[in-house]
Amino acid sequence: MSKRSRVLVIGGGSTGCGIARDLAMRGVDVTLVEKGNLTHGTTGRMHGLLHSGGRYAVSDQASAEECIQENRVLRRIASHCVEMTGGLFVQRPEDADEYFEQKLDGCRECGIPAEVLSAAEAREIEPYLAEDIERAIRVPDGAIDPFRLCVANAADAVEHGARVETHSEVTDVLVEDGEVVGVEVEHAAGSGKYVHGHPGETEKLYADYVVNATGAWAGQIGEMAGVEVAVRPSKGVMTIMNVRQVDTVINRCRPKGDADIVVPHETTCILGTTDEEVEDPEDYPEEGWEVDLMIDTLSELVPILDEARTIRSFWGVRPLYEPPEVGSEDPTDITRDFFLLDHDERDGLPGMASIVGGKLTTYRMMAEQISDHVCEKLGVDAECHTAEEPLPGSEDFSVLREWMDEFGLRSPIGKRSAQRLGSRTDEVLGEWDGPNPTVCECEAVTRAEINDAIDDAGSELNAVRLRTRASMGNCQGAFCCHRMANELSPEYDESVARKALDDLYQERWKGERHALWGEQLSQAMLKHLLHATTMNRDGDPAKTDEPVDFTAFDAGPDGEAAAGNGQRSEDAVADGGITDETNAGEGAADADS
Amino acid sequence: MPIREDVLVVGGGIAGSTAALAASETGATVRLLSHKKSTLRQASGLVDVLGAVDGDGPIANPFEAIERLPDDHPYRVVGAESIHEGLRFFDDVAGDVYAGGHTDHNALVLTHGGTIKPTARYPDSVAPGLASAAADTLLVGFAGLTDFDAPVAADHLAATGVPFEVDGVTVRFPIEFRDDARTTRLAKALDADEDHARKRLAGAIADADTDLDYDRVGFPAMLGDDHAAAVRDELADRLGAAVFEIPTGPPSLLGMQLEDLLFDALDEAGVRISAGNPAVGYEAADGRLESVTVDRRGQNVPYHAAEVVLATGGLVGKGIDSDRESVTEPIFDCHVPHPSDRYAWSEDEAFGDHAFARFGVVPDDDLRPTDEAAEPHFENLRAAGGVLGGADVAREKSAAGVSLATGAYAGRRAGEEATR
Repeated sequence: MSKRSRVLVIGGGSTGCGIARDLAMRGVDVTLVEKGNLTHGTTGRMHGLLHSGGRYAVSDQASAEECIQENRVLRRIASHCVEMTGGLFVQRPEDADEYFEQKLDGCRECGIPAEVLSAAEAREIEPYLAEDIERAIRVPDGAIDPFRLCVANAADAVEHGARVETHSEVTDVLVEDGEVVGVEVEHAAGSGKYVHGHPGETEKLYADYVVNATGAWAGQIGEMAGVEVAVRPSKGVMTIMNVRQVDTVINRCRPKGDADIVVPHETTCILGTTDEEVEDPEDYPEEGWEVDLMIDTLSELVPILDEARTIRSFWGVRPLYEPPEVGSEDPTDITRDFFLLDHDERDGLPGMASIVGGKLTTYRMMAEQISDHVCEKLGVDAECHTAEEPLPGSEDFSVLREWMDEFGLRSPIGKRSAQRLGSRTDEVLGEWDGPNPTVCECEAVTRAEINDAIDDAGSELNAVRLRTRASMGNCQGAFCCHRMANELSPEYDESVARKALDDLYQERWKGERHALWGEQLSQAMLKHLLHATTMNRDGDPAKTDEPVDFTAFDAGPDGEAAAGNGQRSEDAVADGGITDETNAGEGAADADS
Repeated sequence: MPIREDVLVVGGGIAGSTAALAASETGATVRLLSHKKSTLRQASGLVDVLGAVDGDGPIANPFEAIERLPDDHPYRVVGAESIHEGLRFFDDVAGDVYAGGHTDHNALVLTHGGTIKPTARYPDSVAPGLASAAADTLLVGFAGLTDFDAPVAADHLAATGVPFEVDGVTVRFPIEFRDDARTTRLAKALDADEDHARKRLAGAIADADTDLDYDRVGFPAMLGDDHAAAVRDELADRLGAAVFEIPTGPPSLLGMQLEDLLFDALDEAGVRISAGNPAVGYEAADGRLESVTVDRRGQNVPYHAAEVVLATGGLVGKGIDSDRESVTEPIFDCHVPHPSDRYAWSEDEAFGDHAFARFGVVPDDDLRPTDEAAEPHFENLRAAGGVLGGADVAREKSAAGVSLATGAYAGRRAGEEATR
């Protein structure tokens, strides 16, 4: 079986989805393949900072200028993914005055609005800043939800005719007569509207042009095509706090260093990060000292972090790249800029380009440049409109509405739903038929939103989690993992729901392990008790082949008779056979939604 | 006048209550200190004794399996006798509100996750629904409740190979509440029979889409509270089938009912209860505790006693605390062994054999917490329940049993010593 499209994009992160959207909007027939879920790689594992450019204003002004430009674009086209928190570069007594001045000048040179605040003014904005800080620079940093952003790009690409294939791993790049002509993919198990293949099946996808947008994995794809793409994957840890100790992005105002940023993100704060080169973007050590470093160092800026509760930690891998002739020793010296590698020009291999480096804030600009490049190669004459056209969810959205009244939700829940869904609120909540209880209380996610995500992502609950934030709060799914799995019924079988629950539960556990002390250890034990004791999920006989000898157990005080106590009367039997309108209707509504 | 008792029990869960009752039975005067609501509202209300050993279960006879537990397990310290003694206290407290006392064997009950689990004592409302009793079963869930999905649970039970037919239906509760109303609100409506809720609920089930000729009907545990038996009887009568409840997670009506039973029994036994303030420290001399210090709104008040039982719970109840470096018992600073690397506290697998699940104080053979040199911290301090280490009560399904057995032992010994 084979398929053909004009352009094939490899990688379902922000860059790949951005390229698919851009090309599709220009009328180009494009297919995107991703080996896992959307955001599976680096996009799903970042700290959620929408850069003002301030971080690069001294060391990398080209990147800084791109950041502020795209910061403004994203506020416009992706408003439902962005929270404009503002940011501060905070100087402590031991931090150099000279660097502070350079930072301020750098911001101004790059067109980044920057304002100096006294210590008192900064502490007025963020009362938990350390008492001994010197001063701060205020910049327009923000928080961005990478999952929502990526999914919105993919959805819009599909809306414009693109094909998006998740769970399809590229196993080979097809080269014929010295030219890249497509890829071979192997499909894995998955469901939802972005899954078209069957598990284990391989498929050749042909295209006039192939774009390698796999970030930290770009070297591996390059190898399949026989070209060298020297990405330098660099890992960084991020530690999630249980509440927002700060509502503004807090940066340490000193030259590069580990553990120098706190980003408020939804109901949490994310502490970051480290920068350490790794060999393999999928296999690297995740270590406790990195978590301790975050807490200990950032407590110098925000002292209450020392005693605060963290709910989990995760690691991401940056797709850093620099032209081989630069040869930086330290990954922190590598530019954050992005590079378009035309393999025809560079390696004499026409039909493919790789895009490497860069950062989420500039994903759209990267996508525009590579789309321009592709259009030029294909002789397509079409303009880019991604900077003007809002993403689905960010169109004409007026938040001045009473969500509670409209959808029968309590105000805080309705408000959080509306923030996540943006202009899709009406469609998701308004069109839901039937009771709409809250499934995830920590993140205020209702049944309608979960089912909307299941429609999009299929039975994989980790993908549902990324779309909705369900199970990402303080309890880490203790109270809602099984509820989310229940929502897969009746569309999916019980066995599918059970597997999805086990996968989600294990995925949550992986990150929780990095936060197991104090309150969060207590929380983890409660979760262990609810799932192992109350539900006996660890000793579930349905998961083993060993049959249970039911007769060896207590059958009740009256033995067998207890069960036979209430023989059904003839009337009830007769009634039981009649299908009830209400219930039939309910089932149908569930299946339609 | 100083507060003084023979026996002071710190902690108001199953272990503390049992210890107080056992001490009281020796003739000692007893005071029970409880800080916050116990963790029972988060528990299923089932009384498990032992359902699995090292991941191997379900166990039919817990008493036969005890010897397979590690030597430092609380059951090995107090012995099978104490488990029987603890269950005797429980059976006295529960009366006919609980069943299971007729046998040493575990029953298999349905859980709200659609699994079955072994347990020793179960509420009488749960009794007609045992998976170890063969009777065709209809499960009923409610459209607005997310914790229990009857069709999913029914399919799950079928996959388990239960010895009966099972089907599940979802109905709308006859009265419309706010979308996220909890089980407690539904229970109240059935209790008061608001708008003929019972009759209408039975009607909805009779009309539900099932081909099963069922003998019994199971609901998540929300069938009333004060008038629960009347609710079940009326529904059984109208449905022509036995009616039972399936234990749920928080807020657990069955867990709260168990808490009420325990506190009624304490009242009846004449145990004095001081609730609402935390124990924060102690005074001791010559290796004996003289008093436990209670923080009463910023004021430190000593509670004197001849013997003290520590029953403050484990990690969930905060009887055991931790930070990034260490694990501690916060009131008496008893020794809690733990690996120095906190990554060794847990395993990669979510349901693995976690060290943290077994964190707790180390008792001597008289249940006295010991220090690093294996000597008792205090001559007159004993520990019971979750604060004791050595048991992974979650994987073993042994939480209530450990609390009952060690509570009965520690309370009796404290009473004996105090009244000697």
